[in-house]
Amino acid sequence: MLKQIEGSRAVAEAVALSRPEVICAYPISPQTHIVEALSTLVKSGQLAPCEFINVESEFAAMSVAIGASATGARSYTATASQGLLFMVEAIYNASGLGLPIVMTVANRAIGAPINIWNDHSDSMSQRDSGWIQLYAESNQEAVDMHIQAFRLAEELSVPVMVCMDGFILTHAVEQVDVPSQEQVDAFLPPFEPRQVLDPDDPVSIGAMVGPEAFMEVRYLAHVTQMQALDLIPEISRTFEGAFGRASGGLVRSYRTEDAETIVVALGSLLGTVKDTVDELRAEGERVGALGITTFRPWPSEEVRRALRGAKRILVVEKALAVGIGGVVSLDVRVALSGIDQAVHTVIAGLGGRPITTTSLHRLLRSAVAGELPETTFLDLDRGLVERELARRGAKRKSGPHAENLLRDLGAVAVGPV
Amino acid sequence: MVFQVRIHGRGGQGVVTAAEMLSVAAFREGRHAQAFPSFGSERTGAPVVAFCRIADHEIRAHEPIARPDALIIQDPTLLQQVDLFSGLSEDGYLLINSSRGFSDLGLGELAARLQPSRLVAVPASEIARETVGRPITNAVLLGGFAALTGVISLASVIAAIRDRFSGPLAEGNVAGAERAFGFVGQQIPEVAGAQAD
Repeated sequence: MLKQIEGSRAVAEAVALSRPEVICAYPISPQTHIVEALSTLVKSGQLAPCEFINVESEFAAMSVAIGASATGARSYTATASQGLLFMVEAIYNASGLGLPIVMTVANRAIGAPINIWNDHSDSMSQRDSGWIQLYAESNQEAVDMHIQAFRLAEELSVPVMVCMDGFILTHAVEQVDVPSQEQVDAFLPPFEPRQVLDPDDPVSIGAMVGPEAFMEVRYLAHVTQMQALDLIPEISRTFEGAFGRASGGLVRSYRTEDAETIVVALGSLLGTVKDTVDELRAEGERVGALGITTFRPWPSEEVRRALRGAKRILVVEKALAVGIGGVVSLDVRVALSGIDQAVHTVIAGLGGRPITTTSLHRLLRSAVAGELPETTFLDLDRGLVERELARRGAKRKSGPHAENLLRDLGAVAVGPV
Repeated sequence: MVFQVRIHGRGGQGVVTAAEMLSVAAFREGRHAQAFPSFGSERTGAPVVAFCRIADHEIRAHEPIARPDALIIQDPTLLQQVDLFSGLSEDGYLLINSSRGFSDLGLGELAARLQPSRLVAVPASEIARETVGRPITNAVLLGGFAALTGVISLASVIAAIRDRFSGPLAEGNVAGAERAFGFVGQQIPEVAGAQAD
């Protein structure tokens, strides 16, 4: 049913339609509206049978999800930012044990400095955790991806993170087609666990493994993720057949056929990128976009195929690997190894700074003109940075950067440090 | 074409709800709409901004609205505090909650720059006090917005209000929106003509 609905609410409805049996969560912005809505659905009996467990921390949320999943219950949780970091030890256990938990990450920056706004620092920090990572471009795709995620997770027995941009998507009220229970039931079979803790048929899960087999267990996790490279497009095709719209998959190209310049991006940024591509196409520039829908496993072949014809690639990333630059660009460069192309890293939108068509337009223009350096920080306030560097150079006890910059901007009162 | 609206007010005045109701009104007319808040400032009394895009095609962009086609100012005390009119073009629409005229508000210069048929001050707080029982003007101003811009119909605004609220609260807001719609029609003859059509 077509609804004008908040992204969080739509995702909550999609999760509920997937019939989770255990939901455990701890609230953190911008994920809160999702689990709030789910708790209401459980409390009112609309989502049944389902146990909603209000845990005392994110570490507990993931630990409870692990326990629940191991007993054969379809398990779901959601988090963001520091919440994701707080559950990291359990995140690795969930994937290491091969438990098909689905988790929404409402993408948000990581502190310090504390910042509640959107970027991809949180989920990018978990790219090597063994979880599959999907990135939603729109609220419609976020809804569709959650339904696909349960099927993917359970078929392979591997956990899946569905990443959606915090606030930008979670708090946006847009048109979303929320499927019916019958449609979802026909698409998503009941959970049939590969391993289950059952008092009537006792087994143990979570053995200590020494050097004799540890590598092989880890290798099997890698094999499973590589299998996902075949399964994800298959599930996406099946979904399209059943629901009549394309969602998910590995990568998605936009006007790349004859493109000399291609922008690579993840998540909601793609909408703004596509609008910019249209503007530049109208001005006669051969530009296109490539959306990375599945970031883990990394769809190297598909990325290579989509980008090989272009002269230059701009990877626009909402995360910064301090000390090197981009996160996604490294993977793009690996996918393109042996091809002579310029790959530019563009760090953008950190901590909620808007990424505008105006800025993207200027960025693409300078790329087409061959003036773009290897690494760029989009809309960085250079003056602000230079003034702080000057203060730092002038005296030893120059104080904390965050407070100094806010004072410089007049965002906080000027006073003694 | 995308019609872009920016709504300014303070935390607790229903600014975000206004943008959402506006998007629902457009959705009910079979159009695409996107409403979203300026994030992180949800404290009572703090300046709040919300946005709404309305189009006849899918809206892909997810950036804040820097160049609005219309501005709704729910709280005139923001005039001294926030750069409310940033990005408003000369053919933009301006709807402000005030019982005073534009020159009284110190906006004479701005008013002279805009088209006379595209700006109006509506005593929305007074209307809301009478119809809703408290000076919450978000829904009332949407009635004025429908009259001023013609982008959405009053009927859709009323339907969106009833989607959001129920009982006396819904009816009070509906009555307020109707009053504001009529008021704008009286203030701006061109609008009254269009309403009669």
